[in-house]
Amino acid sequence: MNSANYLYLSAMLFTIGAVGVVIRRNAIVVFMCIELMLNAANLAFVTFARINGTLDGQIIAFFTMVVAACEVVVGLAIIVTIFRSRRSTSVDDASLLKR
Amino acid sequence: MTSNNLVYLIALPLFSSGFLMMLGRRADKWGHIFATLISASAFGIGAFEFLQMLARPSESRAVTQKLFSWISVGTFQVDASLLLDQLSISFVLLITGVGTLIHIYSIAYMSHDLDRRRFFAFLNFFIAAMLLLVLGDSYLNLYVGWEGVGLASYLLIGFWNQKPEYATAAKKAFIANRVGDVGLSLAIMIAFATFGTVSFAGVEEKVSGASTAALTGIGLMLLLAATGKSAQFPLQSWLGDAMAGPTPVSALIHAATMVTAGVYLITRSNFIFDNAPTAQLCVVIIGAITLMFGALIGTAKDDIKKALAASTMSQIGYMILATGLGPVGYAFAIMHLLTHGFFKAGMFLGAGSVMHGMDDEVNMRKYGGLGKLMPITAITFGLGYLAIIGVPPFAGFYSKDKIIETAFNSEGIKGLFIGGAALLGALVTAFYMTRVIILTFTGAKRWDEKAHPHESPFLMWGPMAILAIGSVASGFLLSSGNRFVSWLAPVVNSHEVEHAERFQPVVVTTMALVAVLIGVAIAIAKYRSDVPRVAPTNVNIFTKIARRDLLQDDFNEAVLMRPGQALTNFLVATDERAIDGAVRTVGAVVIGSSKGIRKTQNGFVRSYALLILFGAFALLATIWVVTL
Repeated sequence: MNSANYLYLSAMLFTIGAVGVVIRRNAIVVFMCIELMLNAANLAFVTFARINGTLDGQIIAFFTMVVAACEVVVGLAIIVTIFRSRRSTSVDDASLLKR
Repeated sequence: MTSNNLVYLIALPLFSSGFLMMLGRRADKWGHIFATLISASAFGIGAFEFLQMLARPSESRAVTQKLFSWISVGTFQVDASLLLDQLSISFVLLITGVGTLIHIYSIAYMSHDLDRRRFFAFLNFFIAAMLLLVLGDSYLNLYVGWEGVGLASYLLIGFWNQKPEYATAAKKAFIANRVGDVGLSLAIMIAFATFGTVSFAGVEEKVSGASTAALTGIGLMLLLAATGKSAQFPLQSWLGDAMAGPTPVSALIHAATMVTAGVYLITRSNFIFDNAPTAQLCVVIIGAITLMFGALIGTAKDDIKKALAASTMSQIGYMILATGLGPVGYAFAIMHLLTHGFFKAGMFLGAGSVMHGMDDEVNMRKYGGLGKLMPITAITFGLGYLAIIGVPPFAGFYSKDKIIETAFNSEGIKGLFIGGAALLGALVTAFYMTRVIILTFTGAKRWDEKAHPHESPFLMWGPMAILAIGSVASGFLLSSGNRFVSWLAPVVNSHEVEHAERFQPVVVTTMALVAVLIGVAIAIAKYRSDVPRVAPTNVNIFTKIARRDLLQDDFNEAVLMRPGQALTNFLVATDERAIDGAVRTVGAVVIGSSKGIRKTQNGFVRSYALLILFGAFALLATIWVVTL
């Protein structure tokens, strides 16, 4: 199978993720879209590792997963806290940091 | 020879001055007596040193004392050292002697002033600074004293600074002096660049190897310094206003001692001027101009102190003229300086005594007939008068006559001009001093109803009497047997030069006496009849100009002050519009653009994400375009 197809898939996943971050208001969905972008990047790393025949990309993918896991923990905690105080998970409602 | 006593001459009055200033009101009761005793003890030390000096042969009379190493930078060494030689001791005795007499006089004169203690502290400070000026063994040490006397003069002119015009007079004196001080500091710098040393002995040693241009430069800068301190043309305008100070100050600082510092400076630098003929010629010209300038102002002044101040300016013109005449002139300049110190201080004290009796009235047109009521003041003032106009055998005759004679005998056409100026000056001097005498002491009384003229107390007429004795006897004592000339010869390197004399001494003396007689006769003829109490206004243009001090202030205001103010205004406007404007524009641009950019900071996470996305695309697009 042609390795380029994995890259196309990665690009599509990333685009879906990016569009989702920009157009969705629900923080949980935005969060999932971010995960989607991260995993698109992971897929690209692994594909390039395969193409080049080295392990560098795969190792970086593991690192990304670890960081993503930590991020999910912190991010979900923040979202839950915001939901508790505002009864909403809309990112547009939490816009008080502008000044 | 070294001596350990010299430092006390300066240290005693300096300590006393600081002591009295720090004690404040606590010393009010005895401060004046303390200061007077200190001044007298300084005179005692000076007299002791003088007697010791007399005992030594003339080539080893100078003594030095090294205090400490002041500046030590590589090969440049300046010690704080004192030098007492035949020239310095003449000044030390004048400063401390006349100074002590004026201290005694001030005890009575200032007795009603609440700040008498402060006045005496300043007087002692002046004595210390002036002694440092004449005792310093290098130009740098002299400079410290030079600035010190300037400060003392400023403090004492503005002693009654509650009157704004007196405070202005003090500032005027200080600023005019600063111009001269710049000259002195430049002279020191050129001297250092040329000789690598600033001590008198070091410069004198190396002077023969220096270029004429450098020596002329140093000479002209020293002359500028002298014109500032000694109120010579063109920096003379401060002296008249300096009469705002208490009369003892006018007598001590602005007649007898400080204003003669310029003469001292030129005499001390004789080795430079003798090798710089151009500078020496300038000295003569300045002296000749000033002696006429002061004399002409003196003819028109109704304020007794200002008339005497104009006369001081004129007499110092004589001294400066004499110092410009080369080796023969220095001794006569210093001799005139000493006799002038006696008779002019005496006359100023006399004027103070008159003012004391007349409720501080200074307008001579409101005096008249005071001779009978103030006999001692009239006699002492009269002796000083006879001395200044140069009637034999009074002091001024011997010293001034020598100057006129030396002026006439200098080479070429120059001698005729400066001799003529000196002779004419003597005539005008006789005129205006006779005018002062007539207006003050003779004629009908013109004073106000409420004035009660009376003779001053002994503490005041005592010093006046001693100074009057000095103005009678000092000239003969100094000049008999060429005593003073040979006394000063080792310092100024003078030697008897026999050259073709244009006029015999007796001819010059006769001419001078005739000039004096003419001046006196004109004054008597003019002021014999009734004198109006208010100065007449329908006078010719020359009198008007003379009353305005020969337009010296108008000239300064038109040429220096107004352009200076215009320049300042221009600079202020430039500063505000161009420099501040540029800074403000930068600030306004930054503020304006940040206001615009701030709108992107809206707090919506999704708009930030979109911006990041655009940024990433823009970055990628740039990379793609660059690597294409």
